[in-house]
Amino acid sequence: MTVKLLYFAWVREQTGISEETIELPGEIDTVSDLMTWLKARGPEFAAAFDKSDVIRAAVDQTHVAHDARVADANEIAFFPPVTGG
Amino acid sequence: MIRVQEADFDIAAELARLTGGRTDLGAIVTFTGAVRQGAGDDKIEEMTLEHYPGMTEGELERVEAEARSRWPLAASLVIHRYGRLEPGDNIVLVITASAHRKAAFEAAEFLMDYLKTSAPFWKREVSGGNARWVEARASDDADARRWTAPDKAAE
Repeated sequence: MTVKLLYFAWVREQTGISEETIELPGEIDTVSDLMTWLKARGPEFAAAFDKSDVIRAAVDQTHVAHDARVADANEIAFFPPVTGG
Repeated sequence: MIRVQEADFDIAAELARLTGGRTDLGAIVTFTGAVRQGAGDDKIEEMTLEHYPGMTEGELERVEAEARSRWPLAASLVIHRYGRLEPGDNIVLVITASAHRKAAFEAAEFLMDYLKTSAPFWKREVSGGNARWVEARASDDADARRWTAPDKAAE
């Protein structure tokens, strides 16, 4: 299954990319699993997801917790806590 | 109604468009958030607001719908800007209109508290020539939570 990943703010700066499309490995069930997998992709991703507990996620443009399942996702985004307004 | 845009907004024009010709509005609250220059180490030269196109609109619509389900609003508007901004520039506009002031005041405050913690915007400030991402404030989470736990907020 392919899924679009998006990165914003300092997560984007550290990964060095704003979006990509990946083939989601079958063993990944949750947002937390995905972050662990991303962390192992290289130094940029290891740095970006080092403090993964503070990173927020959205699945198909809806805020989710780290234990949310990603099996049916089309789009998963990772970003710091929001600071608008 | 919600709008996400790079351009500035004209408060008087937005107000006239939203409420003009209506005779049922006894209370109209207008809130504008602007870029604060700060002082000392916090003094900034400029700011860039990044956002998540698509989700931003979705979250603002969700928050506005929530406000309209909680208070008897006759009209409402949220405009949020993105892109490069300087001290003094407008960032966000919230207008709420109702028959009576309590609903309009409360709904405006609720909209700001909720959008600050849910709309996917990120501020990057430039201070002394160095850029830094603004960190989320715990007080903003607390402000948003008081609307979900009315018993706690009253304590």
